Amino acid sequence: MHELAIAQGLMGEVLRVAAMHGANGVDLVVVRIGALAGVEPGLLERAFSVARAGTLASRAALEIEHGPLVVVCSSCGAETEARADRIVCGDCGDWKVRVVEGEEMLLVRVGLTGVGEAAPSEDKSEPPHLQM
Amino acid sequence: MCDTCGCSITPGNRHLVEAGGKLANIQDGRASVEVLTNLLAENDAMARHNRKHIERHGVLAINLMSSPGSGKTALLEATADALGGRLRIGVIEGDLATENDARRIRAKGVPAIQITTGQACHLDAHMVHDALHELDLAALDVLFIENVGNLVCPASFDLGHHLNVALLSVAEGDDKPAKYPVMFRHADLVLLSKADLLGAIDDFDTAAAERHVRDLANPAPVMPVSVRRPALLENWIAWVEAKLTSRRMGLVQRPRVERDARNLVGMHP
Repeated sequence: MHELAIAQGLMGEVLRVAAMHGANGVDLVVVRIGALAGVEPGLLERAFSVARAGTLASRAALEIEHGPLVVVCSSCGAETEARADRIVCGDCGDWKVRVVEGEEMLLVRVGLTGVGEAAPSEDKSEPPHLQM
Repeated sequence: MCDTCGCSITPGNRHLVEAGGKLANIQDGRASVEVLTNLLAENDAMARHNRKHIERHGVLAINLMSSPGSGKTALLEATADALGGRLRIGVIEGDLATENDARRIRAKGVPAIQITTGQACHLDAHMVHDALHELDLAALDVLFIENVGNLVCPASFDLGHHLNVALLSVAEGDDKPAKYPVMFRHADLVLLSKADLLGAIDDFDTAAAERHVRDLANPAPVMPVSVRRPALLENWIAWVEAKLTSRRMGLVQRPRVERDARNLVGMHP
């Protein structure tokens, strides 16, 4: 049940975005969860409702986008969809494939309310060794 | 600032560590912000920091994952014996409760730090960061991180290690990789532990276990090991030594799957 830890990480990102834009509320959180992310959408929804409590996002809706699992075959070059428990080329069946989509666990979009009504956070300095 | 490794992350500034996304569509105080950051961005930032800290000391860090009871601690005890001081190893032990595993490792003369996670089902980069500060990395060649026994959750968290090793004991069944694909896909090496029992367990097919790993698009070596048969530890020890050499040449940088996955972040419009 690591979905709670993931929901807490998600809320940290959401609240950081809200603070940087001086919002006083969050009404929508959109995430993208790939088939290989190891996240169970139903559990993430329940964990989200726990993690959002008492924050600016306490009434935010969670939308989960499910991406396909897409692989590119190193043998025949085909780009096909695969299943999480059988990650092989859909054309030639070879297992020597590269996953090009399906690992994602991303915060895609945040819907903010009351933007400009609260003072934005001023200090945007980033410790240099932690930049992406 | 943290005295041990010089990181400047504190609870007060952690939210400023990464940039805040692209603001769009402001209307009546409502705005939609496109973000595209990993949900575990905070964990991942700490993991990168851990990795730098570990690498500054020339240490190779290996994350061991498996079900509870598949023999992770026994493997580390046998590894300490087999190395006989040829390499200097240290261990970070993760369990929900007790110091038992760290005590077993220390009895072999190997430094061990126990993390007790309480109810948490996995280690994360922050827990490992705290444990790293209790270890003298300058006195180590290889750091083993024994994750919480669990075939699901640990796979999702980068700790700052270089390689993932998954253990599958032959008593568990050869189809475990198919049942827990995320975990076994992350493995850079799969060890079939308790392989001395293969004669007594007639329904474990090592070729089938390997096939299930390949069906996850994973080229990782699949190796039988047994702590009761020194001959069945040799390949494992040789693998660790080879990876340490590769790490020191800068050839081993991070687990294969995480390296690939990181390239995906931000690719989707």
